[in-house]
Amino acid sequence: MGLQEPRLDTSPKVSDEVRKTTCYMCACRCGINVHLKSGKVSYIEGNRDHPVNRGVLCAKGASGIMQVTAPSRLRTPLKRVGPRGSGAFEAISWDEALDLAVSWLNPLRETMPEKLAFFTGRDQSQSFTSYWAQGFGTPNYAAHGGFCSVNMAAAGIYTMGGAFWEFGQPDWDRAKLFILFGVAEDHDSNPIKIGIGKLKARGARVIGVNPIRTGYNGVADDWYGITPGTDGLLILALIHELLRAGKIDLDYLARFTNAPCLVDAAEGPGHGLLLRDKDGKLLVIDRATGKPAPFDRKGVQPDLGATHDGCRTVFQHLAERYLSDDYAPEAVAERTGIAAGRIRALAAEIAHAAFDMPVILDRPWTDFRGDRHEAMVGRPVAFHAMRGISAHSNGFQTARALHLLQILIGSVETPGGFRFKPPYPKPPEAHPTPHCDCVPGKPLGGPHLGFVQGPQHLALKADGSPARIDKAFSWENPLSAHGLMHMVIPNAHAGDPYRIDTLLLYMANMSWNSSMNSGAVMEMLTDTDADGAYKIPHIIYSDAYASEMVAYADLILPDTTYLERHDCISLLDRPICEADAAADAIRWPVVEPDRDVRGFQSVLVDLGARLGLPGFVDEEGHAKYRDYADYMVRHERRPGIGPLMGWRGDGEKTGRGAPNPDQLERYIANGGFCVEHVPEEAAFFKPWNAAYQDWAVSLGFYDKPQPYLFSLWSEPLQRFRLAAEGHGDLQPPEHLRARLKQAMDPLPVWYEPFGDAAAADYPIHALTQRPMAMYHSWGSQNAWLRQIHGVNPLYLPTALWETHGFRDGDWARVTSPTGTITVPVAHMAALNANTIWTWNAIGKRKGAWALDPAAPEATKGFLLNHLIHELLPEKGDGLRWSNSDPVTGQAAWFDLRVRIEKAVPPHEAQPEFPPLRSPVPPARRNRP
Amino acid sequence: MTALPPPSAKKLGLVIDLDTCVGCQACVTACKGWNDQGYGAPLSDQNAYGSEPCGTFLNRVHGYEVTPEAGPAEIVNFPRSCLHCEDAPCVTVCPTGASYKRAEDGIVLVNEDACIGCGLCAWACPYGARELDPSAGVMKKCTLCVDRIYNENLPEEDRMPACVRTCPTGARHFGDLGDPGSAVSRLVAERGGYDLMPEMGTKPVNKYLPPRKKGAAPDGPLTPLLETPATGFAGWLDRLLEKF
Repeated sequence: MGLQEPRLDTSPKVSDEVRKTTCYMCACRCGINVHLKSGKVSYIEGNRDHPVNRGVLCAKGASGIMQVTAPSRLRTPLKRVGPRGSGAFEAISWDEALDLAVSWLNPLRETMPEKLAFFTGRDQSQSFTSYWAQGFGTPNYAAHGGFCSVNMAAAGIYTMGGAFWEFGQPDWDRAKLFILFGVAEDHDSNPIKIGIGKLKARGARVIGVNPIRTGYNGVADDWYGITPGTDGLLILALIHELLRAGKIDLDYLARFTNAPCLVDAAEGPGHGLLLRDKDGKLLVIDRATGKPAPFDRKGVQPDLGATHDGCRTVFQHLAERYLSDDYAPEAVAERTGIAAGRIRALAAEIAHAAFDMPVILDRPWTDFRGDRHEAMVGRPVAFHAMRGISAHSNGFQTARALHLLQILIGSVETPGGFRFKPPYPKPPEAHPTPHCDCVPGKPLGGPHLGFVQGPQHLALKADGSPARIDKAFSWENPLSAHGLMHMVIPNAHAGDPYRIDTLLLYMANMSWNSSMNSGAVMEMLTDTDADGAYKIPHIIYSDAYASEMVAYADLILPDTTYLERHDCISLLDRPICEADAAADAIRWPVVEPDRDVRGFQSVLVDLGARLGLPGFVDEEGHAKYRDYADYMVRHERRPGIGPLMGWRGDGEKTGRGAPNPDQLERYIANGGFCVEHVPEEAAFFKPWNAAYQDWAVSLGFYDKPQPYLFSLWSEPLQRFRLAAEGHGDLQPPEHLRARLKQAMDPLPVWYEPFGDAAAADYPIHALTQRPMAMYHSWGSQNAWLRQIHGVNPLYLPTALWETHGFRDGDWARVTSPTGTITVPVAHMAALNANTIWTWNAIGKRKGAWALDPAAPEATKGFLLNHLIHELLPEKGDGLRWSNSDPVTGQAAWFDLRVRIEKAVPPHEAQPEFPPLRSPVPPARRNRP
Repeated sequence: MTALPPPSAKKLGLVIDLDTCVGCQACVTACKGWNDQGYGAPLSDQNAYGSEPCGTFLNRVHGYEVTPEAGPAEIVNFPRSCLHCEDAPCVTVCPTGASYKRAEDGIVLVNEDACIGCGLCAWACPYGARELDPSAGVMKKCTLCVDRIYNENLPEEDRMPACVRTCPTGARHFGDLGDPGSAVSRLVAERGGYDLMPEMGTKPVNKYLPPRKKGAAPDGPLTPLLETPATGFAGWLDRLLEKF
């Protein structure tokens, strides 16, 4: 054939229109350009101007088009007509659906508002949903943080006024060493990937600490395959080494942390608390005078080594503890699975990067004491961590330990280290405390969730029993800042602490991958009393898709997809700020739904008005807001402060300003988001930087400057310890005293994860990971993503693989103290020698998500959830001990211990459950 | 059989950094999304919600495990698509002239109007870079987004392949590998970029940048301020604070 090339149009028309909104294929909230042809979505790409993703987009985001066309999408409100769990529904109108909901909810509000439990899953509107629940008056509200990563969030806030991800980020542009601990690779995914790309382009060093070497750990220059649950021990050994060598930032510690504060040595109710002056200000010893002085006095030079009336500084307490041989590398090597020499090498790398290669920015700034600094000096060692370290029963203290390490080397809020994202930093004292004052017909006195300072803030009834259905803010887990969603159904079923009437759930697949012990949870949801009535009488569920949970609800409120709705990514809850900018964003209907579905938030606005909830009706009892979009614009949390910061007042104000009816149009015109940059002088040292504090006040993050010291020593924890030792009027139950004394240590501590109690019979650690190309259960209904992750073998390390004589195609029986599964296995060498793992939430129940019953997700896919109980093994005391961190209540998913054996391949993965009757028609076979 | 044009001066292609690719699959679905609605027939998905879903993809990412003689096992994520070879066997094997290499920039394309779906080109390609779409009955392959890179309806900054534009880690680079001064050519020179399976004699235009050497840093262990057991905590504290 000759060389005649066909004529080719290299400039075809791309689309009719591009509409810019916010992605919701995971929790990242990237900006997207949605291309439309003939009114239909034709292509989705990243928005180059967006502060989160800068134009790039992950595998999930680009597959969003398949989420809109997914056959699993619900079509209309549904009312259950068969037994719960059967999947038998009839279609009803929205008026019927809302009337039914009101008929259940109104009597509860008038008599026993706590009988409504409202829990949201992957909710991005928590300031709104919690506001609704406050108006209803139930104390029983939370989102999914308790079974996700509350340990990270709470440890960060209590230690330094912010944590990883939404609270802060590595200084990707200046870090010279980046150390990543156990991450969930679907979280903050594009920003981390962009950041790793920047580090790699600059030749900065990346180190992964993770039992599993996939994804980010795969590109890490060095990898520490740590034993699960021992990260805290490794971190404290690193601290031991750094202290021994004096490689810590003394100036930083003296100026910006409570290291120089004095610990009360006198026995009694104040023991272990920090000395204060008569105005309540923390005291330090001024090196200039040798005398006590308030920490924030101009010119004060806090002395780290002082002793005053027998009281030593926090610094001395912590140094003495971690210099102990208990934390020597040799002492922790076996337990962590990391050789002592490797621990020493890591400490040396950290010290080298922090102190031999400081980043010095020529930017003068003034601190809260009024002291001027000629330059910004940074320690370019950045850390990031997520669920891997937090989803353990020792996760809170492990996360505290990591923050202590960051702070000791002076790398928090300094160039090259870790940087807060506005509106953080924000110390625990600046957060609300929890409210549980439940009065029929009245709103709650304040937000449900908050940060307790001591036993006086617990959510307890007059008789000392938990006020909340999930027992959050009780002695069992006093600092449960995000609630315990994983305990709601088991507690309601057990009537412990009490029974409820109606469970309202949003976007939470509680009868499958979002619960521990999923099979038992299904039974709890269908269990009845002697009279045949369900133990949980009413269940209302809102979801856009035919998830496993749909079959277990009595009333389904079908949600729209993310491209068909209004949303606000608000500074009032989980904003999308970057270290150099405050930012928020909206979603708006870039296409209209082609079915009878409504955005859940608009439905709540409607329900709020029908129920006459405060905040949702005007003085005459009429609906206050037309829909959620109207709420986003007109709601004011405080005068001039609303859900969205941009284009307020006359359209020129950012942060504070009256509601502006044109606000959403301005957002849309700007690509769906608003950005306000942090002034250069305010960009680092934010907790102590006067310029930052003033800027934050101007934007309405808080009403007056609130500089504070990092809490290496945590007084809220010590207050609970004092109570456990018998001090104070509020006393824990006897059975919790010992545990509180151990877990509420005011300095970071490592203790054995509770799951390790089973180690003798169950020697292997079992974990799940979230793939970068899937978000929980959502991806399997996506025709493109399920081709990437359609199966999830259980990966076994070489030694186990060989010991048991496994071969490709084999299956294993995996047994934990409370369950057994039989699943396909595969070999993987890049693993901790005693850890097995699989991808999370690939396994699906037959009949769910509009998949064919023969789909691999339903035949070979599986969940580890069946092996994980929501309670610890019985101790013979008749008590239900939650499988959670004793500080925060974080679900201890990764404490799981198992044993394995080769199994005869069953016809499909075990356990198997009867197919669900699908609420949607079967999918077409091929696409397009 | 189909003839190749004389080697072009301009050789457009990709440079893929295996040191940086985290295997996130973003390029896979961005490619699928663009090309499902772009050049030629859509990229179908057979049995899309069923037991063995099988779709047409122009770009796939595979993960491999490498166990070195010393040190822990390593992971290499390997994106795979058409390499736009200079001596492209998929072109010369084509019985109809449908498979061709552009004289102007070296991009290898399939003229779907002339493709009879015989599959010879996929058989001839040593890289497995071509997939026959069962719905359309034509051969599909990476077009290097020929409908993007010159597209005057796109902003200039977006005139690059969809996979490159979306790559979150910046592991994918696009440019003229025929120009030794181009950014991609310099990257190849600096990082030791290499041809995939050069022994096949296909002279691929695309290059891969190898993973950097992994392992421990050269730092020696830290020197203690003093031996704590010998002098006790007070001695350590004095030594620490004396320089402060």
